Amino acid sequence: MTTATVVTGLGVTAPNGLGTEDFWKATLAGESGLGPVTRFDAGQYPSRIAGEVSDYVAEEHIPSRLMPQTDHMTRLALTAADWALADAGIDPEQMPEFGIGVVTSASGGAVEFGQRELQNLWSKGKEYVSAYQSFAWFYAVNTGQISIRHKLRGPSGVLLTEQAGGIDAIGQARRHVRKGFPAVISGGVDAAICPWGWVPQIASGLMSTVDDPERAYLPFAADASGYVPGEGGAILIVEDERSARERGAGQVYGEIAGYAATLDPAPGSGRPPGLRRAAENALADAGLTPADVDVVFADAAGTPAADRAEAEAITGIFGPHGVPVTAPKTMTGRLLAGGAALDVATALLALRDGVVPPTAHVTEAAPEHRIDLVTGQAREADLRTALVLARGHGGFNAALVVRRAA
Amino acid sequence: MRRVAITGLGVVAPGGVGVKEYWDLLTAGRTATRRISFYDPSPFRSQVAAECDFDPAAAGLSPQEIRRLDRAAQFAVVSTREALADSGLDIAALDPGRVGTSLGSAVGCTTSLEREYVVVSDGGRKWNVDHEYAVPELYRHFVPSSMAAEVGRAAGAEGPAAVVSTGCTSGLDSLGHAVDLIREGTADVMIAGATEAPISPITSACFDAIHATTPRNDTPESACRPFDRTRSGLVLGEGAAILVLEELESARRRGAHIYAEIAGFASRCNAFHMTGLKPDGREMAEAIDVALGEAALAPDSVDYINAHGSGTKMNDRHETGAFKRSLGAHAYETPISSIKSMIGHSLGAIGSLEIAACALAMEHGVLPPTANLHDPDPELDLDYIPLTAREKKTDVVLSVGSGFGGFQSAMVLARPERRTA
Repeated sequence: MTTATVVTGLGVTAPNGLGTEDFWKATLAGESGLGPVTRFDAGQYPSRIAGEVSDYVAEEHIPSRLMPQTDHMTRLALTAADWALADAGIDPEQMPEFGIGVVTSASGGAVEFGQRELQNLWSKGKEYVSAYQSFAWFYAVNTGQISIRHKLRGPSGVLLTEQAGGIDAIGQARRHVRKGFPAVISGGVDAAICPWGWVPQIASGLMSTVDDPERAYLPFAADASGYVPGEGGAILIVEDERSARERGAGQVYGEIAGYAATLDPAPGSGRPPGLRRAAENALADAGLTPADVDVVFADAAGTPAADRAEAEAITGIFGPHGVPVTAPKTMTGRLLAGGAALDVATALLALRDGVVPPTAHVTEAAPEHRIDLVTGQAREADLRTALVLARGHGGFNAALVVRRAA
Repeated sequence: MRRVAITGLGVVAPGGVGVKEYWDLLTAGRTATRRISFYDPSPFRSQVAAECDFDPAAAGLSPQEIRRLDRAAQFAVVSTREALADSGLDIAALDPGRVGTSLGSAVGCTTSLEREYVVVSDGGRKWNVDHEYAVPELYRHFVPSSMAAEVGRAAGAEGPAAVVSTGCTSGLDSLGHAVDLIREGTADVMIAGATEAPISPITSACFDAIHATTPRNDTPESACRPFDRTRSGLVLGEGAAILVLEELESARRRGAHIYAEIAGFASRCNAFHMTGLKPDGREMAEAIDVALGEAALAPDSVDYINAHGSGTKMNDRHETGAFKRSLGAHAYETPISSIKSMIGHSLGAIGSLEIAACALAMEHGVLPPTANLHDPDPELDLDYIPLTAREKKTDVVLSVGSGFGGFQSAMVLARPERRTA
């Protein structure tokens, strides 16, 4: 007999808000964090807009001894984890020694750190490469550093499915909780706004080249032209409901009620893409039907073909205009491994407050998509269940169902 | 409780492509470590590695696959095809949504990324690297999750897919993840394993910087010396192992050949240091205890331990401590070996390569040796199977891994009948 798996803490570092409540306030107000790139000179590149976490001063959050061995990405992740633990009111020392694990998502690793060391190696020589390079750039770095900082010795891991990773990490966290571990620190925080993180994304051909921050990333709009990258993400405390009750947790944001992931078939196979199947499997896992879903947080890739595929998946399940759909990531950009985790945090806040945040910048969804996209103002509604969708480059699909705390 | 059987193996390893070549090397006690040939290693402190002599076309990859895939992804796809053929499983006859993919890798497509970095940065001269020189594959290399998608596609799998990246335990953890998915009922078949192709200047440089790799450059063929008094660090390796995992009862129903059951798995963090280890091996011991408990097997039932045995001073002490802590007096009676002495340390791939070796050891009743172990470290007082393979029938096998980030993992293989008995 498994008890419910719930979320009891959130830590958010997002381009439009540092800290959960700042982020949520900005998101409800439609305040965007997109703007011209400032972290490097992007003038020579076809894409020049990003969602940067602009008011973050690492030294205020990170011990000085950790500064030389951490990338911007890991600092944001450590900060989000600190906030999530504090929000949940968990003192790891009061928990069983092997009781708490860490599972995060990653995409390209700590790219800026890696670029600096590649440059040191190739321009100056191998003796200029940092002794921290062996771990500071790699995909497991956020999980490792969070576990060390808070002395968390439980089952831990790192999952890579590009933008779908945040959901897969939370799904994996739920697996550990169901095996009897009281809590898992989960989610994803990413940052790749440096030239060596930028150029591969340009090579993907999916980035927007529009220079106006309000027009660059318009998922589901008739003039959708690609995505804008961002940095940041969310760390969530995924906890066994009984553990949360017994220790008197301050709040329960909601339940992780259903989860599923799929892989698209090979291009040209003639078989349908896997997003709809992931969503249906997640609903079945939650024991719910489409009629139970009050809002869908879309992946919102921002390219016409990908938007069409997602709209088809949504209308296939819910019917035309059958459910409110939103994509508040238009205010943050797509955060690589951080995006889906932030969407889950946002969905939980929406359930808590009974309000759907808007898809900023998009005036209306293209009629061909036949979806009820929440644009303009936030929309108040009695929300009990949210479905969060995510896709990762290469054919990954993930879906998570979250329910409001009873 | 649904149980998980290994029904297919595919390997690319130093010393040869394919399971047969791999097993021949391991049982001969032959080493595949040599002076690095992929680039001029002379600037580096450590100049040896275990390289694969891998011809992608001869291994069956198409010209487009060769262009599209990083070396690590090439290893993985070739191994996937061998493992599927070995399993005799007709994936096309199954529901593809019930077939998942779990691929371990610590450093992803690092070889391709460094090669392309050098071009777009014009040899490290430009911070603002030049997008006009970027190859179309660059984003695929940037996000190594692409490799799991390639493996899934090669197998026709449409169930859950992911890259598991937990440093040097990735190859055990990816299999552990796959076991979870079968047990919980999400998948009936998993294409699971790990791949790595890290032998590249940046990898040499970063291991040099922390003196993790051996400086024994004069005798590359005996450079990796786990448990030996003269051990001086790890030797980088590369390769892949892919396993076909199936729900045990359905594997039995179709009359599949079953190498072994994956009976238990656990992973813990030491929460101590990103690269350092405490000598007592406490967290690894916890992982071993939990894995054995999950398998419902007593510590004294372990017939063989495939050690992490990286050949660093610290590691070999650490895990010897863990074995004693978990197995007690039985640790002194259990044969142990490190195949890294022969095929090097292929980071995220090695855990799956070691499980493949364990499955073959159970199949053939032969334990691979620890090569180069001529002068045992008196501080390490267990039976490390020096130099030559040993015949022994094994029913229960333990394999462990330890990695940067503090990850400690343990996996138990058993003959399925041993657990039902």
